[in-house]
Amino acid sequence: MNTSESSVRDRLCEALREREEEIADRWVRLQLEQAVLSTDMSEHEVREEADLLISALAAGLASDVPVERLVTSRNELRQTVIELSLRRARAGASPTATSLAVLSLKEALLSAVQHTTRDSGELYSTAILVNRLLDAAGVLSFETYVEGREEIIQRQSRQLLEVSTPVVRLWRHVLAVPLIGTLDTARTQVVMESLLQAIQDNEAQVAIIDITGVPAVDTAVAQHLMHTVNAVRLMGADCVISGIRPPIAQTIAQLGIDLSTILTRATLADALAAAIRLTDQPAVGQDAGTAGSVTA
Amino acid sequence: MTAPRATGVPILRLGDVLITGLLNELDDQSAVAFTDELTERIAGDGARGVLIDISRLEIIDSFVARTLMELTTMARLLGARVIVAGMRPAVAITLVELGLQLTGVETALNAEQGLTAFGWHRMPRPAGEARRDAPR
Amino acid sequence: MTLHGERVAGSELIAQRSAPAGPTVAAARTADRAGARSTASGTSAESGAPGVSGGAFADPGPLPGGPGRSSRFNVASEEDLLTVRHAVRAATVEAGFGLVDQTRIVTAASELARNAYVHGGGGSLEIEMPTRSGRRGLRLTVRDDGPGIPDLDQALTDGFTTGTGLGHGLGGARRLMHEFQVHSRPGEGTTVVVARWNDR
Repeated sequence: MNTSESSVRDRLCEALREREEEIADRWVRLQLEQAVLSTDMSEHEVREEADLLISALAAGLASDVPVERLVTSRNELRQTVIELSLRRARAGASPTATSLAVLSLKEALLSAVQHTTRDSGELYSTAILVNRLLDAAGVLSFETYVEGREEIIQRQSRQLLEVSTPVVRLWRHVLAVPLIGTLDTARTQVVMESLLQAIQDNEAQVAIIDITGVPAVDTAVAQHLMHTVNAVRLMGADCVISGIRPPIAQTIAQLGIDLSTILTRATLADALAAAIRLTDQPAVGQDAGTAGSVTA
Repeated sequence: MTAPRATGVPILRLGDVLITGLLNELDDQSAVAFTDELTERIAGDGARGVLIDISRLEIIDSFVARTLMELTTMARLLGARVIVAGMRPAVAITLVELGLQLTGVETALNAEQGLTAFGWHRMPRPAGEARRDAPR
Repeated sequence: MTLHGERVAGSELIAQRSAPAGPTVAAARTADRAGARSTASGTSAESGAPGVSGGAFADPGPLPGGPGRSSRFNVASEEDLLTVRHAVRAATVEAGFGLVDQTRIVTAASELARNAYVHGGGGSLEIEMPTRSGRRGLRLTVRDDGPGIPDLDQALTDGFTTGTGLGHGLGGARRLMHEFQVHSRPGEGTTVVVARWNDR
């Protein structure tokens, strides 16, 4: 760090400390003016963020970390930027708005420094320094924003998965889960989890997996079906797969997928008939005499 | 004959069926001792069926899985049928993802259904009914 | 479930398990960055909480105990295996994992700890709780100073075993976690790093 840079840095640091209020006010105003805020964030929240970020910046500038690396290597500063960006991502702000929010701090900072010096050379150096400092923050903010949105999308798709896999009770000790759409790993996990829990809760003996709504069965989907069936069997229940349409039967045969250990039926009605026979077999005595004692 | 090391796991006898359970805190040595003790009891009592309740197991790793499979094989050699009852949903999912299927081990939803499979009913049941086998 | 393992000939292999959908890429990226930073943070007094990979940051909501704490356990006896399981279970609960994920992680920990105990003659297990984009996670690092694994490809193949168990130790742990890395050289012991991120 050369002397001129360090003096500029000191000056900036000083301005941050002494004019903290003013910078924060201006930054909040700029953000409000640019209408970069979504309705979910109050002015109060933005002000709080501003205070946090400014004090983190001041602390960072006081250290001897190079200014370009300040935002990424100072933990406090880094987290403040990340939280600020995530909050906007969650509140549904646009990526442009989120980046602008960070970058408009440049203007607020520079106008504060303007009060401390009239030397244009010094002002120029300060502008460069502020740029280098906050461009890193802009990049980090954008990166975080994207990750934050990814996370939201993922969470939503998981919630969608959960609501789209209802487990229904069709008969005493018989459950069914109608699958609609592609069966991938994530979906298989959700199906397994809700099906197995329902088996335990209902003391179900047979689970019917209806794949009428599954567009195609390839080796991966077959593998996922086998996993589900195996998990059901480990629980001590039986599994019937129904809704295998003719084209799907053809694909299964052509691909040489072995589903021979699994009981399959063409329709849900056939599967239910098979399931009732299965539950009747080991439970003849119960059905004849002591039905009342069995959990219904 | 040396007496098997006591494991503290009770093994109850109900007619020709032995009923026992695995504890979550089973360490390796106790598992081995338990296997010894159970096989001794199967032979000694002439048991035809063994019900192992595993509803307390919070995880089944490959070691416990192997113990269960070995127990099943040994019991079968001694003429007894083993039913493992009460596996938790999370454990079943994890086992499948782990790539373990407890090949050859019969399962039941809970101890009551396991006993039903062994023919313990309040009402007599017709002879020769089919039984439901575990995954192959 | 598909596995995309980089199969590297020789004694060193890094495998990454592909998780469903998007999170994998991000998670793997985080791991890379964390790795780069941890080597860098050794010299810098700047890094925040100790043991935290830099990807960690606090969720806006309060976290019990804070993110990124790490704890280390010895794996030198059968009792240690149980202790490790308890500790990992507690950590999964603290990180907010659902019951099935808890079971996956504890099972993977049990497999890896047993590997270190049986094959490595004892070792250690470290638990970290990193956070990424508000998603909490759990990272386990299992080390031993044993003979190392001469053929990792073979060790990751199901059914391969030189001790007790079913030979599902490494391969099984890989399937249960989102991230999986193993470093081993004959004579230099084995280090396995696994992580799983919370989807909820």
